[in-house]
Amino acid sequence: MAQRITIEPVTRIEGHAKITIQLNEEGNVTDAWFHVTQLRGFEKLCEGRPFSEMPSLMARICGICPVSHLLASGKACDQLLAVRIPEPAIKLRRLLNLAQIVQSHALSFFHLSAPDLLLGMDSDPKKRNIFGLIEANPQMAKDGIQLRKIGQTIIELLAGKRIHPAWVVPGGVSEPLTAEKRDAILSMLPEAKEIALRTLQWFKRSLENFRDEIRTFANFPSLFLGLVTPEGKWECYHGRVRVVDENGHIVADQLDPVEYQDYIGEATEPWTYLKFPYYKPMGYPDGMYRVGPLARLNIIDGFDTPLAEQEWVEFRELERGAVLSSFYYHYARLIEILHAIEKMEELLNDPEILSKHIRAIAGLNNLEGIGVAEAPRGILIHHYKVNEDGLMEWANLIIATGHNNLAMSKGILQVAKHFVNGKQLNEGMLNRVEAVIRAFDPCLSCSTHAVGHMPLHIQLIGPDGTLLDELRRD
Amino acid sequence: MSERKIKLATVWLDGCSGCHMSFLDMDERLLELAEKVEVVYSPLVDTKEFPEEVDVTLVEGAVSTEEDLHKIQLIRQRTKILVAFGDCAVTGNVPAMRNRFHIREVMQRVYEQNATQNHKPPMDGIPALLPRVRPVHEIVKVDVYLPGCPPRADAIYFVLTELLEGRIPDTAAITRFGA
Repeated sequence: MAQRITIEPVTRIEGHAKITIQLNEEGNVTDAWFHVTQLRGFEKLCEGRPFSEMPSLMARICGICPVSHLLASGKACDQLLAVRIPEPAIKLRRLLNLAQIVQSHALSFFHLSAPDLLLGMDSDPKKRNIFGLIEANPQMAKDGIQLRKIGQTIIELLAGKRIHPAWVVPGGVSEPLTAEKRDAILSMLPEAKEIALRTLQWFKRSLENFRDEIRTFANFPSLFLGLVTPEGKWECYHGRVRVVDENGHIVADQLDPVEYQDYIGEATEPWTYLKFPYYKPMGYPDGMYRVGPLARLNIIDGFDTPLAEQEWVEFRELERGAVLSSFYYHYARLIEILHAIEKMEELLNDPEILSKHIRAIAGLNNLEGIGVAEAPRGILIHHYKVNEDGLMEWANLIIATGHNNLAMSKGILQVAKHFVNGKQLNEGMLNRVEAVIRAFDPCLSCSTHAVGHMPLHIQLIGPDGTLLDELRRD
Repeated sequence: MSERKIKLATVWLDGCSGCHMSFLDMDERLLELAEKVEVVYSPLVDTKEFPEEVDVTLVEGAVSTEEDLHKIQLIRQRTKILVAFGDCAVTGNVPAMRNRFHIREVMQRVYEQNATQNHKPPMDGIPALLPRVRPVHEIVKVDVYLPGCPPRADAIYFVLTELLEGRIPDTAAITRFGA
């Protein structure tokens, strides 16, 4: 008999989501939907606020990656001021971004996904979490906690607070870095590097346990999109947009991020609060693309730090063209952690990092500003319009995870079709459907700047959005 | 203090997960806590149903959707000590900034103005937004208020250890709104 399965909530991800899987009479999967079930409406609620509030307000889009929003917002505000910020400020903002990549990727790998990777996709759900990890493999749990702690502590030393710091302001940053803090940060990096390398070794050896998952976890052709340096290397703060296809061929290169509306569109669908960005020249939904660690490692010509470069060369040997399996997001994340640590070392050893020239002071000179940066999860766009008094009139935010919506949707259908057997359901099958979402490491609070469950829930909603009536059925 | 592990739950309603990240910022103290508490429900673990007889629940986030409303009432029923965790739960905070606007205006901005295809607000199988975002105490009784955006890990640790010792903590001394 035809049945619909609901996985609610999707756990060990950031934010609110549920997945529904449609089975036919034979118990085979015919369709699947990824529903993001929250929306706060940052694109509207910022209206009327002074633009100088935006970095700190936008940070509150997300507690895992507030730094990403601080940076994209800061860059948009730099444009409202019509300034080019001082070089030391760029280096300091970049340093902050790199520290965030370390802590956010550590969280994704150790706290959210390692329970699946180490304990197994079919393991007891009661133990399949960070606390179970602490019991089963205390060394790995400690490594994860420590690596994340190092990233967070660096953010705290630079910006004053671990979560929702201020510091990034229109025109630059608010305070220079002291020599003491620089030394304190440098002293943490060797341990971070050891943990990253140790985990990479472990992960590469464990790949053979996941052949099925590698084959089926959102493993399909797609475009890949992200920022690169003028030389085509990995970039997280500035850079231009490159788009690459499944063969690793460049489809578009050195596009101006500020012109994003020329090549990125957003579609809506009725079953989810999360919109669907797509590559405009190919239309919706053919213009599906992926962003984030896997995409970045596919679009670049390399890293400009030695250990990461070496790992990247090995990574790209997985396939002849682009690396297509989303399971490899986990692998890409670890390489990016390694690069971030190496790059932070380089920046901290540059004497200019202690400069006092860290802010350009200007008044409002432009009524429109666009800021683009790479968040841990992918490319992030903040676009603001203000009035002559500097009050916000309009905002458009296209957020990292959002770009992956089409790919995540296609991914859950692929995994569900492969693993879910309607005649003999078990928990591990459903966990794998969630695990493909975890591979993308979504940040759903970000992307929708927008307990007891029922498989069928009908709501009658009036034109003004109020609930008029509802029916629930088990 | 009894020998059994305290049953702890954590929940996020309409928040940004920052309070949960601050919880994880307890770092090695998490290892210590893991010996004394059993996390029975949390975004960090795979339980799908909120269990009965929970000793302490940390509730992050404001009440924004029909689903949040339903959830918080269930949580209150099944929890002995409910902690409003972070400024969104305590006062509404940033999510409540949408209260100045009608939901229709929010939906129009997000799904009509800022979309290039389809342009329709979603409403199919996803929870409806409440007309106004509310703090937790307007819906259910709150036992402990832990403000901060987010509250620092030290403050969270203090609250948990006090509760583990059987005392209701005084949070005014260690944290405040916007901390």
